[in-house]
Amino acid sequence: MKKNFSNAILGSMKQNAMVIALGVVILLFLILTKGVLLQPLNISNIIQQNAYVMVLAIGMLLCILICGNIDLSVGSIVGFVGAISAMLIIKMGMPVLPAILISLAVGFAIGVWHGVWIAYVGVPAFIATLAGQLIFRGLTMVVLNGQSLAPLPEGYTFMAAGFVPDIANVGSQNLLAIIAGIVASGLFIFSELNKRRNKRRYNFAVPSLTSFWARIIVIIAVINFFTIQLSNHRGLPMSLVVVVVLVLIYSFITNKTIPGRHIYAYGGNPKAAVLSGIKTKRILFWVYVNMGFLSALAGIIFTGRLNSATPKGGNGFELDAIASCFIGGASTTGGIGTVVGAIVGGLLMGVLNNGMSIMGVSIDWQQAIKGFVLIAAVGFDVWTKSRAKA
Amino acid sequence: MENYILEMRNITKTFPGVKALDNVNLKVKPKHIHALVGENGAGKSTLMNILSGVYPYGTYEGDIIVEGEVCTFRFINDSEAKGIAIIHQELALIPTLSIAENVFLGNEQTDKGFIINWNKTHSKTIEMLKKVGLDENIETKVKDIGLGKQQLVEIVKALAKDVKILILDEPTAALNDEDSNHLLDLLIDLKAHGITSIIISHKLNEVTKVADEITIIRDGAVIENLVKGQDDISEARIIKAMVGRELTDRFPKRKHKIGDVRFEVKNWNVYDPLDQEKQIIRNVNLNVRRGEVVGISGLMGAGRTEFAMSVFGKAYGKKISGQIIKDGKELVLNDVSDAIKNGIAYATEDRKTAGLILIDDIKRNISLAALSSLKKGVVIDDNLEIKIGEEYRDKLNIKSSSILQKTGNLSGGNQQKVVFSKWIFANPDVLLLDEPTRGIDVGAKYEIYCIINELAEKGKSIIMISSELPEILGMCDRVYVMNRGAIVGELSAEEASQEKIMHCIMESNKEVSK
Repeated sequence: MKKNFSNAILGSMKQNAMVIALGVVILLFLILTKGVLLQPLNISNIIQQNAYVMVLAIGMLLCILICGNIDLSVGSIVGFVGAISAMLIIKMGMPVLPAILISLAVGFAIGVWHGVWIAYVGVPAFIATLAGQLIFRGLTMVVLNGQSLAPLPEGYTFMAAGFVPDIANVGSQNLLAIIAGIVASGLFIFSELNKRRNKRRYNFAVPSLTSFWARIIVIIAVINFFTIQLSNHRGLPMSLVVVVVLVLIYSFITNKTIPGRHIYAYGGNPKAAVLSGIKTKRILFWVYVNMGFLSALAGIIFTGRLNSATPKGGNGFELDAIASCFIGGASTTGGIGTVVGAIVGGLLMGVLNNGMSIMGVSIDWQQAIKGFVLIAAVGFDVWTKSRAKA
Repeated sequence: MENYILEMRNITKTFPGVKALDNVNLKVKPKHIHALVGENGAGKSTLMNILSGVYPYGTYEGDIIVEGEVCTFRFINDSEAKGIAIIHQELALIPTLSIAENVFLGNEQTDKGFIINWNKTHSKTIEMLKKVGLDENIETKVKDIGLGKQQLVEIVKALAKDVKILILDEPTAALNDEDSNHLLDLLIDLKAHGITSIIISHKLNEVTKVADEITIIRDGAVIENLVKGQDDISEARIIKAMVGRELTDRFPKRKHKIGDVRFEVKNWNVYDPLDQEKQIIRNVNLNVRRGEVVGISGLMGAGRTEFAMSVFGKAYGKKISGQIIKDGKELVLNDVSDAIKNGIAYATEDRKTAGLILIDDIKRNISLAALSSLKKGVVIDDNLEIKIGEEYRDKLNIKSSSILQKTGNLSGGNQQKVVFSKWIFANPDVLLLDEPTRGIDVGAKYEIYCIINELAEKGKSIIMISSELPEILGMCDRVYVMNRGAIVGELSAEEASQEKIMHCIMESNKEVSK
């Protein structure tokens, strides 16, 4: 009984550890940067700097959920897709929208390529995507002829650097951002109440009313703090909208739908999944197709933010995405992890990067510190697991 | 006072929930071949694992005395140092290394320090291969020689360590008769050279042929000790001792309402997925009626699991041929989801590694095979899932803190009830149950039997694979006996007995050897 209890505490610690860690890191840099970290401009910056990593982390999470597979090619796909769209627009004069659609289709096709090798031919994901990393990095240089292509039209950079237009001009504040915060708070309260009511209907333990409302108030305060801060700058960054929409869609798929359940079951025990009638090959295939598609989306966002396609674009992004998932509590053996966790992991790294940059920490040290954070997070994961077994 | 090379005194070994060995005494004379026989799960392998140090000193009670000296083996190396070597059913060879490399693996021949002297290694290997009559190039990779020869390499490996007591766990189970005979002759030859062997075997004809003394174990206790020349060591005598337990009221009765033939498998052939020349299932024909419990009995490795899995949407095997007929209609089942859709379920023998998602909770495990029936639009109806979970937890008496408990934290019996819940919820007509009570305690077994009876009474057709003969006899309306991938006997509940089943197996073994 006592063991169960301590396991439960460890479990909830693990679930919330990264949120707590994120809070601590934010507080730490808030002090160290003398408040610069949470100024309106900088909040916008953090979001726009990290949107593409978070998009990649969502796709990577699905790969990792399946038995700890990873995709090493995403950085190269980011670069390749950026190169393709820049070439279409700048060299061939194609309008923005069809160029973006073609770019996304290219990502989808690359996902199919990987999916076939991994799911149906049976090449280990590590090898297939390592090959993909080399292939698409090489092709990026071929397409760009070794040179950068810039600048890109405003329509293309909108998703990366643009802001959602305000609904009305009321003073210096952005009304839409404030309204978004209020609406989000309302939806959050509604869904929490709904969850609680359902739990009570089945006689499950629910937290006391005080802690329930305390939690809601804290979260609402955080949401509205950020939206108000954003309203003081230029409002809602378009990339924030993209990330939030993706988080909602993928959380829904993983938590509520049958394919989502199949992904977790496959990662939890592939043999049992096969014997339960789950078409594991098909899942593996679609997870990699999805990864290719999201890589293309990240590629468009990244290229737009940089306002140029470069041969080295996206180099090493796969590692940021992988690290985000593991810092966010995904298990190295698969079956455990959440979309929100991966986003929190991505944000944690983003805040670390941003905070250290403001403080003037050199890029070398930033890298090392990120490494320490990663090893600590995964070490914690392994440690709690070995404890659960004993 | 007789002289023994090995004595195991009052050995008791308990696993969580099960007493695997209860006060076992084993005495082995030097230069003898000592056979250890008993049903699956009787405790033979456990005893040998204790002797070889796989279960270290301190995890069991009792004493091991080798040549008059009490031994406390903590690691396998300790027992090897005493001249005890065990050869497991699954060979411990590295397929990609050569014969010579394998023979001296972990026992590398060096001059001094850590540089291997290959000339010494090779000449010694050649010399020893001659001893056991293995005519192979020592540079040949182990994966390129047959199973029988691999077995010999294992023995050579043991001999290279100056072994005094050689333990062989089912050495001939996977061998053909020529190889088996060669191996048995070798044991007799080694005996003449002063090496004592302990052999675990199901093949009683082999046991009676080579053994000087036979110890029979049943339910973790020694039943009898038979000495060649003094006692009757006929096969019939040994079988009686092996299985002669009293059947009390361990099996609940069910009301018989057996209907028409519901499910038939005809001319079923399956080949090994890794070695497509090797036939695993040979021309199996069987059927099961509505409300009937049909047993498939046989020894380990008879091909029962492979048969069930190949029927279950080709989850095992290659080059599968034959017909599956359900309710008069032929089914083509290309994958597991086809099988489930057509009302067939297979509950695996290996619930931890292939039956359950241990990191997931009870309700999610129960719903996994039939998620589409929980669909509301595109989403899974969480509330319905909870309701189903509660319903089965209640109905099957799954002892747990709630349906949100992880299945990995449940006891074996309760895990098995989750597996049953999962398949009952998928609402099949035919259930293939593979070792449904393996490794669970007597009380939980009874509950599982009740569930099986209830399913049969509802008109489901049940095929039950079990290695426990009493369970087969106590539960089944009809029994098929399987051996080496073929059905070698079909017995009605009235005519089935432990002796008859064993007899079917032994007869078929003889036929093959003729």
